[in-house]
Amino acid sequence: MSQAVLKSAAAADERLARRSPLRRLAGRPEFGALLGAAVLFAFFSVVADAFLRASSFSTVLYAASTFGIMAVSVALLMIGGEFDLSAGVMVTTGALVAALVSYQLTLNVWVGVVISLVVTLGLGLLNGLLYVRTGLPSFIVTLGTFLMLAGANLGVTKLVTGNVASDSIRDMDGFDAARAVFAADLDVGGVRVNVTVLWWLLFVAVATWILLRTRTGNWIFACGGAPGSARAVGVPVARVKVGLFMGVAFTAWFSGMHLLFAYSSVQSGEGVGNEFYYIICAVIGGCLLTGGYGSAIGAAIGAFIFGMTSKGIVYAEWNPDWFKFFLGAMLLLATVVNLVVRRRAEPSR
Amino acid sequence: MKPMKGAGPRPAVAMTATIMATALVLGGCSGSGGKKAEEEAASGAAPGAGPRLKVAMVTHSGPGDTFWDIVQKGARAAATKDNVELLYSADPDGGKQAQLVQTAIDQKVDGIIVTLAKPDAMRDVLAKATAAKIPVVSINSGAAESARLGALVHFGQDETVAGEAAGEQLKKIGATKAVCVVHEQGNVGLEDRCAGAKKTFGGPMENLFVQGTNMPQVKSSITAKLQTDSGIDGILTLGAPFAATAVDSVKETGSDAKVGTFDMNKELIASLRDGSIQFAVDQQPYLQGYLAVDELWLLKNNGNVVGGGRPVLTGPAIVTKDDAGTIAPFADRGTR
Repeated sequence: MSQAVLKSAAAADERLARRSPLRRLAGRPEFGALLGAAVLFAFFSVVADAFLRASSFSTVLYAASTFGIMAVSVALLMIGGEFDLSAGVMVTTGALVAALVSYQLTLNVWVGVVISLVVTLGLGLLNGLLYVRTGLPSFIVTLGTFLMLAGANLGVTKLVTGNVASDSIRDMDGFDAARAVFAADLDVGGVRVNVTVLWWLLFVAVATWILLRTRTGNWIFACGGAPGSARAVGVPVARVKVGLFMGVAFTAWFSGMHLLFAYSSVQSGEGVGNEFYYIICAVIGGCLLTGGYGSAIGAAIGAFIFGMTSKGIVYAEWNPDWFKFFLGAMLLLATVVNLVVRRRAEPSR
Repeated sequence: MKPMKGAGPRPAVAMTATIMATALVLGGCSGSGGKKAEEEAASGAAPGAGPRLKVAMVTHSGPGDTFWDIVQKGARAAATKDNVELLYSADPDGGKQAQLVQTAIDQKVDGIIVTLAKPDAMRDVLAKATAAKIPVVSINSGAAESARLGALVHFGQDETVAGEAAGEQLKKIGATKAVCVVHEQGNVGLEDRCAGAKKTFGGPMENLFVQGTNMPQVKSSITAKLQTDSGIDGILTLGAPFAATAVDSVKETGSDAKVGTFDMNKELIASLRDGSIQFAVDQQPYLQGYLAVDELWLLKNNGNVVGGGRPVLTGPAIVTKDDAGTIAPFADRGTR
């Protein structure tokens, strides 16, 4: 493309200016994260001998998928301009509900799975309605539900089982089938890959389709970017936001089912603190904390960076005392690469 | 903001959901496992003699910790037997734990049971308890500081001694290169366990940090470690739930590493029996709660102090396949 053509097009209307494919790619929210991931991947390939093996890669993917499944819905919610601090403990709630219902009533575990889905979606609906009806910041509303759920997880489990962990449901009807769906190990060309990785990719694909190809996707961007204008042009802001909270609840249910069927009993105190890791994954992947900008693929790359870093440090056999320091430094590195790329790409947007 | 109409479920939808849920519950019974299969172990103790005492127990437990649940059960059993009203409270934050001890002093209790995970935070408030002539018994961690802070007796496990026992046991089952899985970074007790184990183990032993509140991360970290170094043939976890996860990682990687662990729970017994976990180092938390309440009762009713000024050790007790059967009913009940 010649410079003259570019100039005349820009003069006509700068928004219609044609950009080179590379520039267009660089303008995508996930591009910086992609580059950050590539840098980290190259880095760990050099410093850690075991990192490049196929089996190691599957371990990294598993770690990434358990964060990534939640990060997808959390990213959508953040693009819609809201936070959900209850996401971490809601995973535990989902798992506990299924475990307690199945065990205490001696039911087929699938009944517990379905009841758990209803309960978690209800919690997402509650989060959404509380936010919409009160108009309080979602940070406060979900902080409240976060603490309540953390307490209820412990309180109800103790009340029902007399202990602080759910009873093992490994020998109950339907367990093997449910395990095959939520926690199976698949053999892919001689490498064991956990089924969560496939589910993760599916969720990312669905979320990306919703964001980029449907009217709902436009509504999500509009709600997060400029809620006032969105409402003025007829976007059902409240319904979109309630839906986004329920999306987080749905993935929390799914993650909870994985937790339960992979480990067969659940500690009631688990999950606290994970909500921040989900948000971190989304932010590394290019979501803005202020909403209106980001992508599901970015969140997936963010989760991949997180999984790669946390396991790469183990593969590299660095002094474990410094684990969190290295983790923080690597994440900062990835985010800085992301930022630099975005600054450079910004004029082209 | 204008509230959104029609965002809630419609009555008909709610009704259908209820009917479907009921049908599911009725139609989906499990033929195996579950509550029905659980044996109800009836345990009851007759209320004890002596005047009614009020004892406060303040620990540094986080919420939902299996271990502290067992300590509490031991204390409750002794309290029922001894006619003691037990007030339990806990906070992992040193400063807040001290405030809880202060509230116990304000309530003019007859005795205080306290853990000394953060001894410096507890120093002043325990001096106040001594000044108010309230007897203090310390449990669990803090054996070295116990007497200095004015506690009469300490019931606990010396983490270094327990670590040494675990190291010996790991050596005995034929491990030559081991990894010690630490589920809470910066916890002194856990570090002591690994250090003790390293001392007696003989071979190389490395620490591995995992995020204890996130089981998939625990699993993938252990798997990663086993993939990095195929020479690892021994894994020592510092809590029972992590041992089960380590076994999963061993299976997944096809490693021949043997797993041993600290602490106990009911799932662990089954793993000990089928040989997937080789041994458990139990510090008998039930004893810590039970003996502490008993000691305060003895002091009030007979002026006794046990231990001769030295810490009373409640562990380590090594549990292997051989004694798993005997302990199973107690673990099922959640007291071992």
